[in-house]
Amino acid sequence: MSKTMAILKDNLWTNNPIFIQILGICSTLAVTNNLRNTAIMTLGVALTTAFSSLTLSAMKDLIPRKVRMIIQVLVISFYVIIIDILLRAYLPEVSKQLGPYVGLIITNCIIMGRAEAFAQASKPLLSWWDGLTSGLGYMAVLMGIAVVRELLGFGTLFGIKIMPEAFVPWTIMIMAPSAFFLVAMVMWWAKSMQAGRKPEAKPATPGQQATAAAAPTTTAKA
Amino acid sequence: MPPLINPITLFFASIFTSNILLTNFLGMCSFISISKDWKSSFGLGMAVTVVLTITAAVSWLVLRFVLVPFGMEYLSFIIFIIVIAAVVQILEMVIDRASPALYLSLGIFLPLITVNCAILGAILFMQIRSYNFIQAITFGAGSGLGWWLAIMLLAAIRERTEKNPVPAGLKGPGITMITIGFMAMAFIGFSGMIAVQ
Repeated sequence: MSKTMAILKDNLWTNNPIFIQILGICSTLAVTNNLRNTAIMTLGVALTTAFSSLTLSAMKDLIPRKVRMIIQVLVISFYVIIIDILLRAYLPEVSKQLGPYVGLIITNCIIMGRAEAFAQASKPLLSWWDGLTSGLGYMAVLMGIAVVRELLGFGTLFGIKIMPEAFVPWTIMIMAPSAFFLVAMVMWWAKSMQAGRKPEAKPATPGQQATAAAAPTTTAKA
Repeated sequence: MPPLINPITLFFASIFTSNILLTNFLGMCSFISISKDWKSSFGLGMAVTVVLTITAAVSWLVLRFVLVPFGMEYLSFIIFIIVIAAVVQILEMVIDRASPALYLSLGIFLPLITVNCAILGAILFMQIRSYNFIQAITFGAGSGLGWWLAIMLLAAIRERTEKNPVPAGLKGPGITMITIGFMAMAFIGFSGMIAVQ
């Protein structure tokens, strides 16, 4: 129990994929000017991470080390294709708006990062939990960014008008630069918060050690 | 999408007005970690350009002559990933044989490229906008060059601003993101020139 909680806290806050590991910004930042699309995309990322970690951890003894990378990519693509087909069947309009970005979940660095850093050396169910919480940490940050961008850029939230009539939309919030600035703001806030709390040092959990050791290599690989 | 865009227009549009990195956020991970160093940035940018041009051509052929005739479009993600991995692998071997000097400067970046979002992203854009063969190649080359340009500019800026006093929480990736944001704003200035999306 304590281990699952430790993983949850680690992935949501201490080792958050976005503001600490800086992984996986690529595929999703582009859709953060629309809250609904962001929710669906990040949910897709979270589910893909969870289930590919589960699968890869379950079959880790069967995979030869040399072809590990390509097998990981194939497993990830398998789940992404399922998500793509589901979206096309049940939410055709969203699928059209997301365009190529659904496919780009495959190259999202978080998924491979978790597969390499955690699923490689852990039990399947724990890996599933780790993947899911990583995805949730990712989701939390991007949803926050999407709220700001949609609210200020269109005056709406989930397409429902929030701002008063007199509100003039900030065009910059719809365009690319605002996403970069907002990510920087989140990083700034999170790092300052964490720096303020440094003194209460705790023993690192195995998950933390694994990610800390693997983080530089996964960043470089991605 | 209008299917007939002049390839030259498309080439410049994909470098400047719809820069794959600054407007579509593709290839961010390696962009941030590598751009610390000017020389590596040059190598990685060049490798991305070469791989992107070749994979765009190869995946167009695969899409046109294998996936569409056999009705296997639903497998396109997996096939494209395999094409990218195969091209990277072959290119690595060819460069190793042909020019060891080039291999030393480019070779170490090639494995990184398989999971670079910019490559797969450009190929998926190419599929969705149904480009023809010439357009696919120019789009691939233009996107690669755009990526190279962006990483070179960022590396140069980072070299200059490295010693600047920055609030502790913003050090490293934070200030880099802000720099990229300003670059993206500057690139928006190009958008009036060519209208291709």
